[in-house]
Amino acid sequence: MRWDVFFGSFPTLLSALPVTLELAVISITLGFLLAVLLAAARLSGLRALAALAYAYVYVIRGTPLLAQVFFVYYGLGQLDAMRNSILWPVFREAYACALIALSLNTAAYGSEIIRGGLLSVPRGQIEAAKAFGLSPTQRFRHVVFPQALRAMLPAYGNELILMLKGTSLASTITIIELTGQARILASETYAPIEVFLAAGAIYLGLNVVLSFGVRLLEGRVQRSGGFAMEG
Amino acid sequence: MNPLHLLAFGPTGWGDELAYGAAMTLVIAALGFAGGLVLGLPIAAARLSSNVVLRAISGVYVTVVRGVPELLVIYLLFFGGGQFYRYVADALGYSGAVAADAFSAGVLAVILICAAYSAEVFRGAFQAIPKGQIEAANAFGMTRSTLFCRIKLPQMLRYALPSIANVWQLVLKDTALVSVTGLVELMRTIDVAAGSTRSPFLFYMTAILIFLAFTAVSNKAFEGAERHFSRSVIGGYGK
Repeated sequence: MRWDVFFGSFPTLLSALPVTLELAVISITLGFLLAVLLAAARLSGLRALAALAYAYVYVIRGTPLLAQVFFVYYGLGQLDAMRNSILWPVFREAYACALIALSLNTAAYGSEIIRGGLLSVPRGQIEAAKAFGLSPTQRFRHVVFPQALRAMLPAYGNELILMLKGTSLASTITIIELTGQARILASETYAPIEVFLAAGAIYLGLNVVLSFGVRLLEGRVQRSGGFAMEG
Repeated sequence: MNPLHLLAFGPTGWGDELAYGAAMTLVIAALGFAGGLVLGLPIAAARLSSNVVLRAISGVYVTVVRGVPELLVIYLLFFGGGQFYRYVADALGYSGAVAADAFSAGVLAVILICAAYSAEVFRGAFQAIPKGQIEAANAFGMTRSTLFCRIKLPQMLRYALPSIANVWQLVLKDTALVSVTGLVELMRTIDVAAGSTRSPFLFYMTAILIFLAFTAVSNKAFEGAERHFSRSVIGGYGK
């Protein structure tokens, strides 16, 4: 172990950190929005819509993220329909493809967490809210949402960590984020152990901060009984 | 020409290559899963032990492995393995070429990852065993090893089974990442086929379908296992 190489690789590796964080933040945000729609589709009561959402979730959760990334980047580009469509300028870019694949992936896992959270609210509470004459919007805002949020937060926190780790797969389609930068540096310095350990330490640090943040949020939600109650 | 010809078996298609790759993926996943479970059990025991040092080491191991991208673990073992062998070769005075072998690096990576996740599953399952049962076993005068083999282990396995099924799915999917080392498993075969035939859509779609089939079959198998191990439990699975 050459400690000078280990510590010396941090500045170069950290220069690629913004790309990793950008990939994570954008795909988590887009994925969350899609996850809400998917969860709504599954709980909509419309059989065709629910079946479609179920199939989507099943396919995404049953296949490796790497296969999804390659499918979006290499696979779709082969189709003439894609090449001739207005979407081609987007799907031609590796960065956009990584974002799309990551967002589609986290949406499937996220929708299951949201669905589980919503279903965890006891029926009796919703009936009681109805008996009190609360409107559907009020029922959701004051009864269902705060409790569902409390139930889904720990699982969603785990999903955020998985997503942050998942951004490393963007390096397989030429994007130089943290892992991609580590590969380049490892081959330049001939010191893969030191460089990959340094990159691992950065990911670990990010995830420790992330899980600490989620735990703080959990504590806040527990104490106040949810954000919706504060307004 | 029908593009599905590319998937035919024999010298004209990629069918047999894909079958070989799929078999290799299953072998890596099975070895990694088995090794990971075997290693996961003592790690879980260390996590629950009263010894502070054991608890700290196992806790750090689980946090580190789960907090670092799987791809990075594979790179570290594959490229770092070569560097490690180089040190050993230099120390022994051998100056010829040495390289890490992709297969053992891949399997080892899957074992290390699977161990961290399954250790957490085992830990949770041990903790789910009602305290009264252990007190009852002590009251019967059971020795520690009898208590472990007859009370703790069988129940722990039943509690752990649903989550272990998830770990298997994770392992199966992580195996695809081993393709970055150039090891010819399913994903690598797909990459080569997609590139050389210029039909990436067909081949990546095929990869997705093969993985889906693996997932569907293993889901069914684990469901059957859960039913089997819960058969003597009142109010258990499916009752």
